[in-house]
Amino acid sequence: MSGSVRLLVVSLFLALAACSAPAGVKDSVILAADPAPKLSDYGFFATANAGAAVADGVRPYDLVNALFADYAGKHRFVYVPKGQSATYNPDTVFDFPVGSVLIKTFAFAPDMRDPALNERWIETRLLIHKSEGWVAYPYVWNAEQTEAVYSPVGGRQIVKTISPEGEALTINYAIPNRNQCKECHSRNKVFTPIGPSARNLNHVGPAGVQQIADWTERGILTGAPAEGLPTAPPAFGDQPLEQRARAWLDINCAHCHRAGGGASNSGLFLAWNETTPTGWGVHKRPTAAGRGSGDFLFVIEPGKPDQSIMIHRIGSVEPGVMMPELGRTTVDTRALALIREWIAAMPPVAQ
Amino acid sequence: MRVILATVSVLALVSACSPAAPPKPVALAPSATANDDLQKQLIEAKPGDVIEIGEGRFDFATPLSLDVDNVTLKGAGQDKTFISFKGQTGAGEGLLVTSDGVTLTGFTMEDAKGDGIKSKGADNITYKDLKVVWTGGPLTTNGAYGVYPVESKNVLIDGVTVSGASDAGIYVGQSENIIVRNSRAEYNVAGIEIENSSNADVHDNVATHNAGGILVFDLPNLPKIGGHSTRIFNNQVVENDTQNFAPPGNIVANVPTGSGVMLMANQNVHVFNNTFDKNQTTHVLIYGYSFAFDDERYNPLPRDFVIRDNTYGDGGNSPQGRLAPLAPAIGGKLPAIVWDGVTTYHGKTEDVRIAVREKPEVGFINLGLGVTPIDLTKAKPSTKRLPDFEIAEPPAVVLPQDKPATKEGA
Repeated sequence: MSGSVRLLVVSLFLALAACSAPAGVKDSVILAADPAPKLSDYGFFATANAGAAVADGVRPYDLVNALFADYAGKHRFVYVPKGQSATYNPDTVFDFPVGSVLIKTFAFAPDMRDPALNERWIETRLLIHKSEGWVAYPYVWNAEQTEAVYSPVGGRQIVKTISPEGEALTINYAIPNRNQCKECHSRNKVFTPIGPSARNLNHVGPAGVQQIADWTERGILTGAPAEGLPTAPPAFGDQPLEQRARAWLDINCAHCHRAGGGASNSGLFLAWNETTPTGWGVHKRPTAAGRGSGDFLFVIEPGKPDQSIMIHRIGSVEPGVMMPELGRTTVDTRALALIREWIAAMPPVAQ
Repeated sequence: MRVILATVSVLALVSACSPAAPPKPVALAPSATANDDLQKQLIEAKPGDVIEIGEGRFDFATPLSLDVDNVTLKGAGQDKTFISFKGQTGAGEGLLVTSDGVTLTGFTMEDAKGDGIKSKGADNITYKDLKVVWTGGPLTTNGAYGVYPVESKNVLIDGVTVSGASDAGIYVGQSENIIVRNSRAEYNVAGIEIENSSNADVHDNVATHNAGGILVFDLPNLPKIGGHSTRIFNNQVVENDTQNFAPPGNIVANVPTGSGVMLMANQNVHVFNNTFDKNQTTHVLIYGYSFAFDDERYNPLPRDFVIRDNTYGDGGNSPQGRLAPLAPAIGGKLPAIVWDGVTTYHGKTEDVRIAVREKPEVGFINLGLGVTPIDLTKAKPSTKRLPDFEIAEPPAVVLPQDKPATKEGA
């Protein structure tokens, strides 16, 4: 068969498939060996956009605490294949069956004090549970906002916006490449979702209902107890300061700063359930910080935020100094104030 | 000859027509899209692939990463292929490798904002004939580590040059089975450092113009502690005279400028057949971990060390850093080998064995500090060597990716 004939046949086949395919999620595209070239190929959204009109089986959700990503608005959706469900864990991310997809669209409005007004989608990241494990596929939206295209190397986009605090910002927004996705999502070399755990889902989400009960009712999740569910303290809520600070560090840092994470060799472990103060930085000396130390001796110098490496790095936007290393180009001023307040309130340690 | 050529041509034609013939890999050339093009190749690589970077200067803004096993990243040569990260806009290192069986060779990386090349949990990795440099010379604002394998098994560093690192030029941490050889470390804070690692051979290297030449450390509060079994031999450790420029807070900021080999905590370290000259603090410095710590697993003492058969030139004539205040009391000069004499920590005293098997004229001092955390005012210096203990030397490190060169044709 000559090349052109083959092409013709393939095109014809594709055209037929497009005409005859029912609207909705295409499990075969999800489970294909290679990423689909376009986001619309998966059929997650009823129209060719990442808005609220979703296909059957795709459910919006959000998290109690989220990773700071230069103030980007985030729209999250979960898809679990029909007839299957994720299994509840009290402490870790749920076990999702093969064929599940976690969808996250990053978006900006011209003024993030009103994030729904004239919002523009920048990128949509798919975490797909293939039979060999989870993979991450980045899709970047076109200027017309009609389609997002598979972009394994990510990229940069200049975004002008006004922060929720009213500050005018020009952000050199970084869309991560596939490997950078892995840097945050790898645990003992296994690609692992970060967000959808009981602690982080257990509240009323964007669908206006309690998310764990909703997922259970819809068959997305099994095994969740009816009561006694754990909940993360909202980082900017009204619970005790230490709990809120630790909750913020958990979702913003602990994907790397944990045993088996990307920063495991630092010995600085920032998960909410870390039990030793040295582990989360109190009077811990830096290991591989280089100039990231800011000339300070300890990750946390209790009572002295201005002499704590943690504050220096959360407050920096300089590559090689800033933490997290990926995912932001601006300072999360609200979080910086929270962590500063937490360290300032710690009783000083005798040298 | 003509027949052979003709045959080759026919073969080439035949394979060109075969639909299964993969396209010949083309070396990446400098271009506006080279950064993305290379990263795409690294993401889409298949095990066994060789990714080639051509001659020229590559000014990259976005750091590189590789997570596919058994891939070779190969430049046209360390004096032909230059990757500059002067304009780097994100991440913590120039190149991050997180897969096994990778070989990196034939390029120079310049001015990474953080570390140069990091490989983490990357077993059987080879760094061969490459350079990592900070072109502005030794500056506190340079990245911490030049080459930085960590949490890995079977690490080979061969023919690597690192210059300007604000921590260690060649650093291997929390790893096992390590060879660092035929390499050059200069104008770094630490030239070569083996930290919290076991079974390392560091040999036939040149460490010069660093603050400290070669370091073997063990530190508390890290996932892997208990470094042991390191051999340091046939190295040139000379003129380590760059003022320590590490940012304070980092452990290497405590390395006195002009230390040849510095050994801290650790067990079973053997230093032999090296050449030491013109290291102004001392040639061999043996120290306990001297800060307070709360890690129950950790032993801060250097123990079961052998220092033998080295060649010592001038040195110790101007001790620096924390040892400077001690020098006046002992004639203003430190001998070739200095041990802090710490044997007690957390109320426990150990029978520390430090075997110095050198000619009688090679100077030795035991500072007699006794307890860690140390108090320098408690020094009780003595020049008496300890008894000559028998301490078995670890066997030579053998790596699966390091096939020994055959003698034939050599």
